[in-house]
Amino acid sequence: MKTRMLSLAGLLLAGPALADPDDDTLVINGEIEIVTKAPAPAHLEDVFDTIISGWHYRNDETQAIEADDFENPGMLGVEAARDDWFEVAGTGEESCASCHGEPEEMAGVRPVYPKWNEDAGEVRTLAMQVNDCRTSRMGAEPWKYAGDEMTDMVALISSVSRGMPVDVAIDGPAQSTWEAGRDIYYTRYGRLELACANCHEDNNGSMIRADHLSQGQINGFPTYRLKNAKLNAVQSRFKGCIRDTMAETFEPGSPELVALELYVASRGNGLSVEGPSVRN
Amino acid sequence: MKRILTGIVLSLVLGGVAPAAEIVPPADVPFDEYGSVETSLSGTPGDPENGRALMNKGAGNCVACHRVSELEELGFLGTIGPVLDGAADRWTEADLRGIVADAKRIFPETMMPSFYKTGGYVRPGDGFTGEAAEGELAPLLTAQEVEDLVAYLMTLHES
Repeated sequence: MKTRMLSLAGLLLAGPALADPDDDTLVINGEIEIVTKAPAPAHLEDVFDTIISGWHYRNDETQAIEADDFENPGMLGVEAARDDWFEVAGTGEESCASCHGEPEEMAGVRPVYPKWNEDAGEVRTLAMQVNDCRTSRMGAEPWKYAGDEMTDMVALISSVSRGMPVDVAIDGPAQSTWEAGRDIYYTRYGRLELACANCHEDNNGSMIRADHLSQGQINGFPTYRLKNAKLNAVQSRFKGCIRDTMAETFEPGSPELVALELYVASRGNGLSVEGPSVRN
Repeated sequence: MKRILTGIVLSLVLGGVAPAAEIVPPADVPFDEYGSVETSLSGTPGDPENGRALMNKGAGNCVACHRVSELEELGFLGTIGPVLDGAADRWTEADLRGIVADAKRIFPETMMPSFYKTGGYVRPGDGFTGEAAEGELAPLLTAQEVEDLVAYLMTLHES
């Protein structure tokens, strides 16, 4: 028993994180102030005092890239999507701009997605809404859910809301989807039996080998990752994380990942929209 | 366990010849109440050198989460789990075997994967492909690899 008591002491001594998030501040292009730390939303108060953007867990060089649109490679995707925005496509002979005007008109949309769609009777992500526009209004082919064109378009729509606080609704008709997402967040998947919460709730700030674990906030998606040198859709990241638990993963666009996106987005209610962010 | 007993009985009947080393299948590991395992899983003594190799990338990958001063040369050791320096002073061999095989027996909430187990998973995958696993699952480590890791951990004394 003595050995066991000692080992418990050993566990406690080893507990504190060695690499906490930093205290830098993020202003993009010298003008867009980004809230990267905020009080935890009410539903998360028992877990965190403060919610923290993944930006704080990256090194100074990576952080600096996101602070300047001319340096941020994710803005190339935004520019590509701007071309698509004005391009007439499909049998309806219309473009996004035909109904929505300039992309800047979409300011305020990104912060509230995923969002309940009353007519469809479901929670929809921005990607789902874009494809609904393409198929039912434009008469165009849907884009691949997490393909480059879609991810670029979500980045464009996000970029015009940068600095606005994430504010997804979790009650009312969205509640059951939100609860399903919460269940997924706490489920230990795969042969490694890891839940989102194991890394991003219980161990954020710690290192898993060379990776600095963040809170797993998604206010910065789509995210340009230096690791794969492209813009990444949030659900592609979810898929990769679940795959890395040695699990049969879920596909982008699946009901499970839509629910998870709503839930994880809600954990960031109060942080600024940051996408397209830059991470390693 | 039943097979081992049968083996012992048979060998007694046949004139006291020692039974060949037999692998304890994951489902039959004799965890005690605490979660320790007194007997070897492979019947063959562990090789600490191979255990040391398993600490790094590969099947074990223990250093993804644990630091060991003796392994600092590997670089970027994880900080999630406890530091393993002095593990041999804090734990018995049976404890360490139980923790490596299935740490959740001793620490129900631990994040640590269970390395000698084949069932009870949610959506088990085929390695890291993201596809569903097919057929019978192998444990993350073989019985001998568990023994090798335990042998290595038993070398970690406080200097």
